[in-house]
Amino acid sequence: MALYEPDRSQYPAKKPDGTLDIDLTSGKYLKLWQGPQHPGITGNMSLELTVCGDEVVDCQTHVGYLHRGFEKLMERRTYIQCFPIVCRICVPEPDFNEYCYAAAVEELSGITAPRRADWIRTLILEMGRINSYMMYLGGQAGSLGMGVIGQWTTYVRDLMLDRFEELTGARIYHMFILPGGVRDGLPDGFEKRMEETLREIESTMKDVYEAMFCNAVFKKRTIGLGVIDPALIDPYGVTGPNARAAGVAKDVRRDFPYLVYPELDFEPVMGKDSDAYTRADVRRRDVLLSIDLIRQILAKMPHDGPLMAKIPNVLHWKVPRGETYIRAECSRGEYGYYLVADGSGYPRRVNVRGPSYTHAVALLERLIINVNISDVAALMVSFHTYPPEIER
Amino acid sequence: MKIRDLLSPFTVWKNLFRDPVTIDDPVRQRPGAPRYRGFHKNDVKKCIGCGTCETICQNGAIDMVPVDGISAKDGDSGLRPRIDYGRCCWCALCVDVCMTKSLTMSNDYQWIDRDPDAFRFTPGVDRKKWDDAALGYQRPDDHRLTPEERVHMKELGPDARIGSFIEIVKGYSVEEARKEADRCVACGLCTATCPAHMAIPDYIAAIRDGDYERGLRLLYDTNPLPEVCGRVCTHKCESVCAVRHEGDPVAIRWLKRHIADQVPLDQYRAIVGATEPATGKKVAVVGAGPAGLSAAYYLARMGHAVEIFEALPAAGGMMRYGIPEYRLPYDQLDKDIAFVMGLGVKLTLNTRVGKDIALDDLRKRFDALFISTGLHLGRSTKVPGADHPKVFQSIDLLRRVTLGEEIFCPGEAIVIGGGNVAMDIARTLARLQMRKYGKVGVTLLCLETEDVMPADREEIIESREEGVILRPGYGPTHIETDGDRVTGARFVRCLSVFDENGRFAPRFDTADEIAISGAMVVESIGQGMDLSYLPDDLKNQIVFERGRPKVDRHFRTSVPWLYAGGDIVQGPDVIHGIANGHAAAVGIDRYLREGGTT
Repeated sequence: MALYEPDRSQYPAKKPDGTLDIDLTSGKYLKLWQGPQHPGITGNMSLELTVCGDEVVDCQTHVGYLHRGFEKLMERRTYIQCFPIVCRICVPEPDFNEYCYAAAVEELSGITAPRRADWIRTLILEMGRINSYMMYLGGQAGSLGMGVIGQWTTYVRDLMLDRFEELTGARIYHMFILPGGVRDGLPDGFEKRMEETLREIESTMKDVYEAMFCNAVFKKRTIGLGVIDPALIDPYGVTGPNARAAGVAKDVRRDFPYLVYPELDFEPVMGKDSDAYTRADVRRRDVLLSIDLIRQILAKMPHDGPLMAKIPNVLHWKVPRGETYIRAECSRGEYGYYLVADGSGYPRRVNVRGPSYTHAVALLERLIINVNISDVAALMVSFHTYPPEIER
Repeated sequence: MKIRDLLSPFTVWKNLFRDPVTIDDPVRQRPGAPRYRGFHKNDVKKCIGCGTCETICQNGAIDMVPVDGISAKDGDSGLRPRIDYGRCCWCALCVDVCMTKSLTMSNDYQWIDRDPDAFRFTPGVDRKKWDDAALGYQRPDDHRLTPEERVHMKELGPDARIGSFIEIVKGYSVEEARKEADRCVACGLCTATCPAHMAIPDYIAAIRDGDYERGLRLLYDTNPLPEVCGRVCTHKCESVCAVRHEGDPVAIRWLKRHIADQVPLDQYRAIVGATEPATGKKVAVVGAGPAGLSAAYYLARMGHAVEIFEALPAAGGMMRYGIPEYRLPYDQLDKDIAFVMGLGVKLTLNTRVGKDIALDDLRKRFDALFISTGLHLGRSTKVPGADHPKVFQSIDLLRRVTLGEEIFCPGEAIVIGGGNVAMDIARTLARLQMRKYGKVGVTLLCLETEDVMPADREEIIESREEGVILRPGYGPTHIETDGDRVTGARFVRCLSVFDENGRFAPRFDTADEIAISGAMVVESIGQGMDLSYLPDDLKNQIVFERGRPKVDRHFRTSVPWLYAGGDIVQGPDVIHGIANGHAAAVGIDRYLREGGTT
């Protein structure tokens, strides 16, 4: 494992209470604000950096630029009215919100979604995962000045958005997975067009591999950057590719199977070195896994049968008193919805566990120390975080 | 560092030779997908303005607004959804919950305008270029966000019910009622149409909550005869229910009955509340039918002393003496009446006003009068033979059955008429025949064809199940008699009932004649009123319109102290009577509080 080892002689000493002994008037240290708009993250978030020369010695994250109060809003919406809200918590990959929310409402209401709906839900989640990774790959390369990768991945992401559009009726906020099932089945000829899209993505991924992963600049900048010690995985609540790149096999699809994953043949993609490069590579291979899963799903899924369970009248749907936690493996890790129902027509509490929360705040504040300012954006992207799910 | 890592990035240059993937002209080259959720369309002719789209919209993007050229009518609020695209998030829940499927979406997604207010528009009314778009999101046929299937009402089977007068409809259990109540979308079209404007969505919500006390209070706000209306109401509410556009309407009538059935009579007083302090004013009500009882109830609640005068030996009017027991059991009618009487209303039975007591006497003893004497005179077809003693009026027979008299009941009977009263006598005769002969021999004929028969659909179905033979579309030419016996009647096919002006003027095809045998004929073609109890000088002061006393919105006749309601003014049905009684009570109360002079 190649580690990034800066010279620590310049760095401030720690005071007995654990804080750093930084004297800004000395001229040795400088406060530098990065954000809220910057290439390091999909969305808005600020870093209050203390730098010594080019290197970061302290970091305070500031979130809230995208706070729209989703969780509180939902306490004043009926159960069906929360359905158009949840997708907005994560723009590039909204489907996990729809699924987790729907599954939570279904569980508390004692409703089982039809099997065919489960297959379509799984298909949508894998499609969303590819989309999310495409955004990530473009961002990761872009944070290091490689603009063309983003152009390619945006192109194939757009093809996948076309598939979303014809399946769900919308490109970004699909609003297709309702409590009780899904809105509709696959349109005619969908499988064929999906196969063409998957082939285009595979072809693009080969190009991405050549231009990004077999690239001296990319390697030089990312190998050894932001290594997550496997011992930090559990204390810091690290999940998803960030954990798997560290050799810790965490994948909700396998650990807590949901939807139709038990019927699919797959192994979680693992890494070893736990640096930014490995994380990018895990995600690249995860794209290939998702392509394989989509092919399996399309081959195995039933093509007739109901798509919606019998649900109560949504205009006055009262969910029985209870609470539940529903989780799913999104492209960034474990996505979870903790839903508390008090028997009324409104959720008592909806708590969204976005994986970005731990990755973008606690983990970043720790791993950013000693990093060169020019690598901060690359480090942030390597955790693959989306601010709206930090500040629900 | 491998040499490959230095060379490999140069592979990006191969893209120089690829065609660009960008679409040059997305406006023309890139239409939305067939199920794209683009701009809204609304078929305003199909739309009923129920407002479920407005209710479900979590953005508050939809307002129901009045629209030129569309006015409110039964089953249509006259309002149409106006959508604010500054708020809309294109979730399409409005499309999913639309009761008529009138609201859909086009696959158009580009709209440029300098005026920000332009993006608040009424689809289908404000013409847009996508109004005729063939593609776009529509709710799939089997995708429903509201339950479509009505909860089945358990009923006695034809074999079980034909031999007795036991109530046919068994009523919902609590669980069934909750399930049925869940189907309501609370649009309020029912409330607008109900003559009594009952708070239907509210009492249905009370059923869902299991709060029968609230439900009963809501019922009594507008209707003091819930057990009756819960069984025999003409349920105009159901004929306009938004849910009926895809499936059966919500069983509003059975749900009303369910609330009343759930609460014992001895708890009514505590739930509905006490009456207001006595005003010292006295009101006489002539006729103890639905209108009279309703007026008496609300007047008593307002603190007035009320006395009802009824010619027959029991209160209820047509509810008791017209409607057979298998549709409205007497004990349930008695329950409703008992609560009205429990408020201190005095009931004087077997007293025919105009014969046993003069109307002028009442005028002297009371501050105001409400007359609701109903339609108790039968109408004759006046065909040859109709004056024979074995030709009866349905209304007379039904009254005699209720009074416990034995009526003439041969093995073969002919009923003329296609309304609910004709059905009542046909099915009553069928039951009596079954008891007497072990088989049914009733033939019912009417001018109207089956699809436009005035009788309720369920009456037609159930009477057939009970063995009544229906011959719709025939009118009588004469009744065949032989001395003191009736042997049958002859009918010809009716081509049309009304002329082009909508006036009653039946046309017949005399070539198509049928003969029906029967030892009795029952005429049931409508009823008339008997106002002979009104003194001539009073009658001269009352303005009549089409044979009915003309009343204002408080059901006051042209005589200030005389109010009228029920079948002699409107209807004929129970719920109009109840609504009239209530409105008259409000009017009388105002009249009395203002000193009884105006």
